[in-house]
Amino acid sequence: MPLKMSDQSVILKNARIFDPQVKLDKVTDIQIRDGKIMDIGPAGAFKGKSIDCTGKIIVPGLMDMHVHLREPGHEHKETIRTGCNAAAAGGFTEICCMPNTSPPIDCRSDVEFIKERSAGHLVDVHPIPAVTVGMAGEKLTEMGDMVEAGAVGFSDDGRPVATAGLLRRAIEYAGMFGKPIIDHCEDPSLAQDGVMHEGRVSTALGMPGIPGIAEDIAVMRDILVAEYTGGTVHIAHVSSAGAVRLIREAKARGVRVTAETCPHYLVLTDEIIRQFDTFTKMNPPLRSETDQQALIGGLKDGTIDAIATDHAPHAYEDKECEFKEAAFGIVGLETALGIMWTHFIDKGILNLENLVRLMSVRPREILNLATNKIEKGAVANLTVIDPEAAWVVDSAAFESKSRNTPFQGWNLKGRAFGVMNRGRMIFPV
Amino acid sequence: MNIKCEIMNAQDISRSLNRLTHEILERNHGIGDLVIVGIRNRGDMLAQRIIQRIQDIEGKTVPLGLLDITLYRDDFQRLTDRPVIQETEIVTDINDRKVILVDDVLYTGRTIRAAMDALMDMGRPALIQLAVLVDRGHRELPIKADYVGKNVPTSVTEQVQVKIKEQDGEDQVLLME
Amino acid sequence: MQLEIRHLLGLEGVSREDITLILDTAESFKKVLERPIPKVPTLRGKTVANLFFEPSTRTRFSFELAEKRVSADTVNFSASTSSVLKGETLKDTARNIEAMKIDFVVMRHSAPGAPHFLARCLNSVIINAGDGAHEHPTQALLDMMTMREQFTSLEGLKVIVVGDIEHSRVARSNIYGLVTMGAHVGVCGPATMIPRQMEDLGVTVYPAIEDALAEADVLNILRIQLERQKQALFPSLREYRNLFGITLERLDRTGRDIMIMHPGPINRGVELDSNVADGDYSVILDQVTNGVAVRMAVLYLLGGERQKLEGDDHAA
Repeated sequence: MPLKMSDQSVILKNARIFDPQVKLDKVTDIQIRDGKIMDIGPAGAFKGKSIDCTGKIIVPGLMDMHVHLREPGHEHKETIRTGCNAAAAGGFTEICCMPNTSPPIDCRSDVEFIKERSAGHLVDVHPIPAVTVGMAGEKLTEMGDMVEAGAVGFSDDGRPVATAGLLRRAIEYAGMFGKPIIDHCEDPSLAQDGVMHEGRVSTALGMPGIPGIAEDIAVMRDILVAEYTGGTVHIAHVSSAGAVRLIREAKARGVRVTAETCPHYLVLTDEIIRQFDTFTKMNPPLRSETDQQALIGGLKDGTIDAIATDHAPHAYEDKECEFKEAAFGIVGLETALGIMWTHFIDKGILNLENLVRLMSVRPREILNLATNKIEKGAVANLTVIDPEAAWVVDSAAFESKSRNTPFQGWNLKGRAFGVMNRGRMIFPV
Repeated sequence: MNIKCEIMNAQDISRSLNRLTHEILERNHGIGDLVIVGIRNRGDMLAQRIIQRIQDIEGKTVPLGLLDITLYRDDFQRLTDRPVIQETEIVTDINDRKVILVDDVLYTGRTIRAAMDALMDMGRPALIQLAVLVDRGHRELPIKADYVGKNVPTSVTEQVQVKIKEQDGEDQVLLME
Repeated sequence: MQLEIRHLLGLEGVSREDITLILDTAESFKKVLERPIPKVPTLRGKTVANLFFEPSTRTRFSFELAEKRVSADTVNFSASTSSVLKGETLKDTARNIEAMKIDFVVMRHSAPGAPHFLARCLNSVIINAGDGAHEHPTQALLDMMTMREQFTSLEGLKVIVVGDIEHSRVARSNIYGLVTMGAHVGVCGPATMIPRQMEDLGVTVYPAIEDALAEADVLNILRIQLERQKQALFPSLREYRNLFGITLERLDRTGRDIMIMHPGPINRGVELDSNVADGDYSVILDQVTNGVAVRMAVLYLLGGERQKLEGDDHAA
C-alpha cells in the first residue's frame, strides 16, 4: 500500500528533474513546502524529511483528458473517488471527466457536484460537460455558466455531435469561453451496428464492422466546420490512418484542430479480437496495423497532440458475455504510463520530451489551462516516474472499481513511483 | 511386456481350426443356414479360414460376416482415445440363420456381449454359437464358448497375444507378462 | 485415434488430420444409418443439451436425430421458451443447464464467438451449431463429406460459394475447411455482400456468375435473406435472380457438369431454380443424410473421457 502523506515540507532527493517547458533536465534535489516548489538543487543543499528518488524521473504532473468516472448513475462501475485513486496510482495528477453519466453532466449543478466530490483529493478533476442538453443532440447547454463552475471543454462523447450545423454553433459558442468542442468522430450510417474494425479480422469472424471511414468522414466534417468558423475542435480517441492524415493536412493549413489517441490503439490491433475477448472491445475499435503505424507517425510528428486513456470502467456482467452484446470500453488509467514507457520510451520510438508533451503539457494547452512548470514558486504538481520498475499488470490490484483491461498479465517496465499535487502526495513507504 | 512362452505354433493353430470346423459341422448337421461372423480384428481372419476349411470338406461356400464392435463397447466412456471404426460387413440377412461368432481370444466376455448386441441390432438370428481359438478364463459375464481351440489357464496380469499371418506375418499364440 | 480439438467451435484452425478423421468416421456412421436398426448404444448415459437461441428447424432436427442414433439423452432449450427473455445472461443460462449434469452443449446463437465464450465458462464439450455469421462447422463438414463422396478427394477441387457471403456462416466454415483440405475455393455474389479483404481468407472472388460457372466443379448456393433488401444490400429478388440465380439455362450454357449444393431451406426460383435443385447434379438431399452421419461422428469423436480444461474466466 502506498503511503499517503500531507507533510508541510519534503525533499525529493537525487531525481532526474525533467521539464522541457523550462529547459530543465538535471539530477538534483527538489524542496517542496506547503504544496509549492521552494527550490531546485543543488544536491544536498536541503535538510529535512526526504524521499530518496535515485534513478527516478520527476516530470510535470500527468493529465488524462479523457476519463469516464461513471458517477453519478453508474457508481457500481466507478466513482469519482475510485477513479481519482486509479488516476493517482497511474501517475496522473489531473483528469477530465466525460459527461455520459446518468443523468449526463449538462448543467452547472452537475459540474459543481463533480468539483465538490473530488475536492480534497490529490487528483484535480476537470469536468467536460455535454455539448447538448441530455446529450440529445438538440439544444446547446449553458456553457458559460459551466465554464465558470470549472468546465474545461464540451463533448457529447460516446456519440458524435449530431449534425454539422449543431457542431458549427457549438464551436462558435464554446469559442467565446476559449474552450474546445471535443468530438467522438463516427458517422452512424457507416458504423451501423458494428462491433469491431471492419477489415480482414471482421471478415474472418463474421462480425459487423465499423469501417475506418466512419471515423474519417466525421473527422473531415469537424475539420471543415472548425476551418469555416475559425474555432477549435479537438478530436477524441483518434484510431484510423485516414483521420491522422486529415488532421495532419488540416494542421498544415492552419486549422485549429487538435487530437488525442489512446495507448491501446498503439499496442493492440484487431487481430487480438480473434480470441473474442470482450476486454478488447471499445469504440472506436482496435484497427489494423496500418492504422497503428499511422498513429505512431502522428505522435512523432505532432499531428496527434495528446495521449488520453478513454478510461471506461464496466462492471463484470457488462463484459462477461457474448462479444456482440458486451459494452464498449476498457479501463486505462493504471496502465497508460507503463504501456507508453515500455513500448515507446524504452524502445526509443518516443523520447521523454515527447512523453511529457503528450501526457502533460499539450492536454492542458488544448483545454486552455495553465500548464504546470517545474520552477521555483510554482505549485508542486509532479509525477515521479520509476523508469526501471518491472511489473506485471494485475487487474485485481487496481484502484479502479473495474477490471476490464486487455493488458492483464502484461509485463511492463516503467510506472509511477509517486505523485504530488497541491501539498498532497502519494509515495511508497 | 515380455514373452513368457509359446502357447501354440502355426501347426497347432491349423490343427485346432480343423477340429473346430469339424465340430461346427457336426453340431449343426452340415452347413444349412450357417453364417460365419468374425469379430474384427483377427476373429475375421480366423472366420475366413474356417470358411475355407468348410469349402474343402463340404465343397460349398458359407457366407462370411465381418463385425466391428467399437460402437457397442461398454468401456467407451472411459477411453480417451476414440477407436477407429472399421467396416461391419454382413452381406447376408442374418434373420433366422445360425450365426457362428468367431474371435481369437475369449477373456472377460465383454467383447462377445458387445458383438451379440450388434448382431441383434442387425436382425434376429435363429441361434448364435461362439468359436474361439483361445479361452484364457477370467470371465466377467455369463458367457461360454461352444467351440474352443485351446483352454489356457492365465493370471490377470498376463496377456495372450494371437498372431495371424495375414496381419502379423506369422501364425502363433504367445503368453506375455 | 483422437481429435486434437476438444470442442467443435469452428473449422478455422482445425487440422487436415482432424477433418479427415471426422469425415472417415462419418462414413462409418452412414453405414450404421443404413442398418435395420439405425442406432448404436455408444453414447448411452451421455446427455446433450441443444441450446438454440435462434430459430432453426433442420439443423436442430439433424442434431437431435444424430444424438438419438448414438443413444445419447437429449434436452432442448429454445429462445422462445427460454429465460433469455427474462434477461438472464448466456453464461448463467448455460451454467444452470450444465449444473444438471450435461456432457455436450450444442449451441446455435446469433453472436459470433458465443460458443467460444461458452467453452471458457463450462466444462462440457461445446459443439457450434452456428454462431451468427461466423461459423457453422457441422454444415461444412457434411458439405465436404458430400463432395468427397462424389469426387473422392477434395484436393484441387474447385468449389464456389454463391450468394450473401458477408452474412453467411456456411460460407466461412466451408472456406476454412475446404482451404485446409486443399480445395480451391471461390465466392461469388453481389459486391454489397462480399466482405472486405475476402481474399485474405485464401479465396478467389468472382464478381460475375458466368465466370464462376466456367470454373466450378461444385456450386454451394446460399439462401438469400429477404430482409437484406432493407439494408440496401440488393434491390429486389427479381434482380438477384437475374444476376446470380442458378438456372438450368445458365448451367446448360456452360456445357459442364457442376455439382449443385444448397444448405437449405431453398428459395426456389430465387437463388436456385426448381429444375436445378431437383435435377441430376443436385446432391441437396445427400447433404441432409450426411448431416446426421457427420453429427454422429462429431459426437462420437468428442464424447470420451477428457481432462477438465482450465477455466478461463475474467473473474478476478
